Amino acid sequence: MEQLLYASEVLVNGLMAGVMYSLVALGFVLIFKASGVFNYAQGVLALFAALTLVGIQQGQVPFAHLINAITGSHISSFGWTVPSLLAILLTALVMVGLAILIEALVLKHLVGQEPIIMFMATIGLAYFLEGLGDIMWGADVKTLDVGLPQGISDTAEAWTAALTGYGFFIDRLDIWATVIAALLVAALVAFSQYTKQGRAMRAVADDHQAALSVGISLRFIWVMVWSIAGFVALVAGIMWGTKSGVQFSLSLIALKALPVLMLGGFTSIPGAIVGGLIIGVGEKLFEFYIGPMVGGATESWFAYVLALIFLVFRPQGLFGERIIERV
Amino acid sequence: MLDAVAAAPVTPARAGEALLEVNNIEVIYNHVILVLKGVSLSVPKGSITALLGGNGAGKTTTLKAVSNLLKSERGEVTKGAITYRGENVTDLDPAALVKKGVIQVMEGRHCFEHLTVEENLLTGAYTRTDGAAAVRRDLEMVYEYFPRLKERRKSQAGYTSGGEQQMCAMGRALMSRPETILLDEPSMGLAPQLVEQIFQIVKKVNEGEGVTFLLAEQNTNVALRYAHYGYILESGRVVMDGEAAALRENPDVKEFYLGMAEEGRKSFRDVRSYRRRKRWLA
Repeated sequence: MEQLLYASEVLVNGLMAGVMYSLVALGFVLIFKASGVFNYAQGVLALFAALTLVGIQQGQVPFAHLINAITGSHISSFGWTVPSLLAILLTALVMVGLAILIEALVLKHLVGQEPIIMFMATIGLAYFLEGLGDIMWGADVKTLDVGLPQGISDTAEAWTAALTGYGFFIDRLDIWATVIAALLVAALVAFSQYTKQGRAMRAVADDHQAALSVGISLRFIWVMVWSIAGFVALVAGIMWGTKSGVQFSLSLIALKALPVLMLGGFTSIPGAIVGGLIIGVGEKLFEFYIGPMVGGATESWFAYVLALIFLVFRPQGLFGERIIERV
Repeated sequence: MLDAVAAAPVTPARAGEALLEVNNIEVIYNHVILVLKGVSLSVPKGSITALLGGNGAGKTTTLKAVSNLLKSERGEVTKGAITYRGENVTDLDPAALVKKGVIQVMEGRHCFEHLTVEENLLTGAYTRTDGAAAVRRDLEMVYEYFPRLKERRKSQAGYTSGGEQQMCAMGRALMSRPETILLDEPSMGLAPQLVEQIFQIVKKVNEGEGVTFLLAEQNTNVALRYAHYGYILESGRVVMDGEAAALRENPDVKEFYLGMAEEGRKSFRDVRSYRRRKRWLA
């Protein structure tokens, strides 16, 4: 009994960790759906969003190091702090601006090119953005606090203790992340299924040429999709940044999103969520039950092995669109 | 026979106001491949005009030059001009042209595979601003012309048959409330019965909604039975044009495109060897 309760606590924590993976995977799915491009820069986008958010919130002067180096001055901050909500809003605007720039400077010139060329472009973009984030806001590890509750939830502990006689330790940030992710996904699904622009987005994903022929502007759709992906990256950046500080290793969370995508399917928004949950729960439970037998540290490879198995038996993922091929 | 061909005027004066006029355009792909070498044609309002010719004659390129889908394929109109209602539209983007009432149905259908048939039709109304009620009404109008689409409305377009996809693509174009539809190779890969059905619908839409059609077609026989006027393209040039009825009786057209000769039906092999010896334009 004790063992089972402990396992369910692991399960719940796995679900919460999975939500965090899902948040990153979501951004990938959005761009992949709309342009058939695997956006390598998605992780860096989250990092850039988090850096910008901290910078705006704490009133940092952008490019302070660069300005100091050139002019010999010693500026670092404006001396004010911006309220969290306003800072988030401003960062969202920056992400939209970034989307417009990416479209105008990169994507526009690659219309009609092979997906692999677009993919290469996003790799370049990733490194560029990482450098830009560095030069704009500095390379030091920053703490991000937008007022999200953190620490072990007493309520959850009291509730589970009353129900089962054993109090679960659940991080309050994880609970919030779950709620926010659920809202975000509901909004995104509703947008892509029931609105005109959402339908146009899916049309562009299916067939660029045909979308052009009915008068859909590819440029507008791309700016829209990259803006949404930027916003999702911002949410992911807030969650991960709050959890483990804003640092450059944040861009590597993209690696953890890959197995999530292979599991859930590159083209499915619900798939990104379920994939994230499966990976989160899977790696925690595997570590709990099997880990001790093989000497632990299974969390670092479990997700990738699972993804590999999926690639062999169900390459489109659990929820990915079947590749329709008529004969 | 050859003299008769050479004497045919390239742009004849015709009854009916010209809605779309293509003046001596030249199209180059990738800056090097010259595909159209001076094509001129004029499409009167309310007509069905057919562009005929074999593979690689330049039919699709002509349509794409008009709808301006060339750019996304790295093609470019380098000479000449295209006017619609007297206005130069050579450099408009496809979306602006759709708003003006010119929409293309591409060769090979190009439905949005993962969208349902109904969603496909609704994307056709993307550029419209006259409200959801009007779009609903037109959806019913399209279902009246294509009852088959109503039955399949909830299926993913990728899983429907070739004929249904052709109908879906045409219905999608109709949803933009067009004045002119550029229809590329509607018969491609369809059974003869279905081809006939598709052309009957084209005729019905032309008469019922007053939509002007410019259609590219390899199936000369069917196209000339439904079109009012025809242009014949060969290697990027218009080599002959005239009323559809006249073209059907023209001995050269019969020989080259309908596979018939004065002494009756010829075998395909004879037609081919004959064509090699005698070119219409050197």
